[in-house]
Amino acid sequence: MTDSPVKETAKDAGRRRFLTAGLATGGALAASALVPARAIAQGADPLIAEVQPWAVQLGDGVDAHPYGTPISFESDVIRRNVPWLTAETMSSINFTPLHQLDGIITPNGVCFERHHAGSIELSKADYRLMINGLVEQPLVFTYADLERFPRENRICFLECAANSGMEWAGPQLNGAQFTHGMIHNVAYTGVMLKDLLAEAGVKPEGKWLLAEGADASAMTRSIPMEKALDDCMVAFRMNGEALRKEQGYPARLVVPGWEGNMWVKWLRRLEVGDQPWEQREETSKYTDTLEDGRSRKWTWVMDAKSVITSPSPQAPIRHGKGRLVITGVAWSGRGTVAEVHVTTDGGVNWHQARISGPSLDKSMHRFYYEMDWDGRPMLLQSRAVDSTGYVQPTKDALRRFRGLNSIYHNNGIQTWAVNAEGEAENVEIS
Amino acid sequence: MSRFPDLALGLALAALLAAAPAAAQQPAQEAATAAAADATNLTEANAEEVEKASDAVEEAKPADETAATPPADPNASPAASGEGAGRVLALGRAALPEEVAAWDIDVRPDGRGLPDGQGSVVDGEVLFTDNCASCHGDFGEAVDRWPALAGGQGTLADEDPVKTVGSYWPYLSTTYDYIRRAMPFGNAHSLSNDEIYAITAYVLNLNDLVDEDFVLSRDNFLTVEMPNAGGFFQDDRDTVELPEFTQAPCMESCKAAAPEITKHAAVLDVTPDTPDDGAEAPPPMQ
Repeated sequence: MTDSPVKETAKDAGRRRFLTAGLATGGALAASALVPARAIAQGADPLIAEVQPWAVQLGDGVDAHPYGTPISFESDVIRRNVPWLTAETMSSINFTPLHQLDGIITPNGVCFERHHAGSIELSKADYRLMINGLVEQPLVFTYADLERFPRENRICFLECAANSGMEWAGPQLNGAQFTHGMIHNVAYTGVMLKDLLAEAGVKPEGKWLLAEGADASAMTRSIPMEKALDDCMVAFRMNGEALRKEQGYPARLVVPGWEGNMWVKWLRRLEVGDQPWEQREETSKYTDTLEDGRSRKWTWVMDAKSVITSPSPQAPIRHGKGRLVITGVAWSGRGTVAEVHVTTDGGVNWHQARISGPSLDKSMHRFYYEMDWDGRPMLLQSRAVDSTGYVQPTKDALRRFRGLNSIYHNNGIQTWAVNAEGEAENVEIS
Repeated sequence: MSRFPDLALGLALAALLAAAPAAAQQPAQEAATAAAADATNLTEANAEEVEKASDAVEEAKPADETAATPPADPNASPAASGEGAGRVLALGRAALPEEVAAWDIDVRPDGRGLPDGQGSVVDGEVLFTDNCASCHGDFGEAVDRWPALAGGQGTLADEDPVKTVGSYWPYLSTTYDYIRRAMPFGNAHSLSNDEIYAITAYVLNLNDLVDEDFVLSRDNFLTVEMPNAGGFFQDDRDTVELPEFTQAPCMESCKAAAPEITKHAAVLDVTPDTPDDGAEAPPPMQ
């Protein structure tokens, strides 16, 4: 790879000074917001009046980046870890930068990661998928075998059950990436689980399926056969290309609308049984302890949820009052999102947001609410209503049912307090 | 790399296996083919088969790749040159009993899948100290943010529940199964079946659920009572929560008074990339 032929010139430095002079001061998180709010006309803009180097010199040739990555100006659009959350990074999680994305598709490189024993490298050549248990014929498939089944394409969200789990007792993390970033929305290509199981022949008494991963955690989850035969897939591509290593290359389970932990990565085995296996991840974890100390189990479905991604603590308003685009994402494990409502006054009055782009079953939806901001503080919230009529509840409403210690499935309404400077903070309100 | 002392050994083994002469593979292949005929009868390997298969699996490795049909490229689908074993599209090949036994190591609450064997609390203490205590602490109390394994009984309804094997886990089978598939962290599959019984017994002892002279085995496994076995119930959100959460939402004048901020995230200051992040970190996620 060669260096860019476009070199920085004195003109660049002058331009940069001009740009930054227009920036409002303050804002700890404003480092990435290098685009000035509004250019105050002080004579002709040198970006227009003077010939710029990119208009003179040549850019990169087509061989410079055989596999393209985002331009250097976007280098802060990255997954981030919360170091105190887990003991170390190999059994940990990072977060999708929701506040910097738009549309409904999450780019592969920033899809959040959750591993229990690190992200392994398992080649297609070394890949085997076994089906055993209560089947007529236990089978082994190679990766090449998988590609010979009829293929399906489907866009769906994967949300970790612990998404927003740090917020049960109160607001804790200042940023949509951290409060809501355990989610991604990807177009999968794969084969239907029911077709794989039909090859082995599920016996009538086979009511449960155990999915197991090939990594050192040998992740296992029990899935009811009804779901397995309904819409589960074994996927080998995401957004057109092979699964990323950290998303389970070469094949993972897709369990639409259900908690992310069940989407076993590096899938190596499917066992059919007549009862659930009650593995670690479905007993000691991913069970929801209520106020009386008893715990819900098998809370598979992800309830309807939404969040405003901009403005938000990591994406403050930099342009001052006037036209403002409020945007965010909404999703439901029970179907599509029928409506999203936005409030700017903490829930006194709600407005219909505009859903833009595909509205797909168990997929993220993108919403916008455009308004004139008068520059006064706002209490921003969004509220999803799904196709079954489920209305995203407030956090307090959830707490009335679940207390403060259920860790998982926190789909309560998120509040961002935006001050007169446009800075946003994660808060709760009366 | 020091975390994975067995890696070099594993690579060496793999090289040896790959270099095994074709002649040596032949008997293994015949045995494998014969075994394949029994595959249809196999539902779940019993403990004896598991033991045998565990021993046999390394030897059988070359056969694994050539068993059903011997294509030059093991990843070329067998059906490409003939019929696969699948019932609808003739894809895939029959799984061999020893292959099933090698991977199917799961244990259910009813004890199904438990291998033959036993282990004592006394032996477990030594094994735990050597293999587990660096993360879980000598007494299962946990080091840093690793999971605690002992204590916490009676705390589940408290403000800060302590969830351990003794206080929370409903089934003992889960402990055996999880150690067997995933522990010790970074060195999985390094403990024998008896050693896992011993460590499981010691974890029970740390939770005051068995005495110091206890020996855990497949035979007495189901006699151990887990304190929180009755503490779980099936997801009831549909009946308990949905009636309230499917009410038509209010759109206008929904609050009598203008809402006020009651809690700020900035107070805790645990967001990464901000000053003092993590200074007052809450309990870890595991």
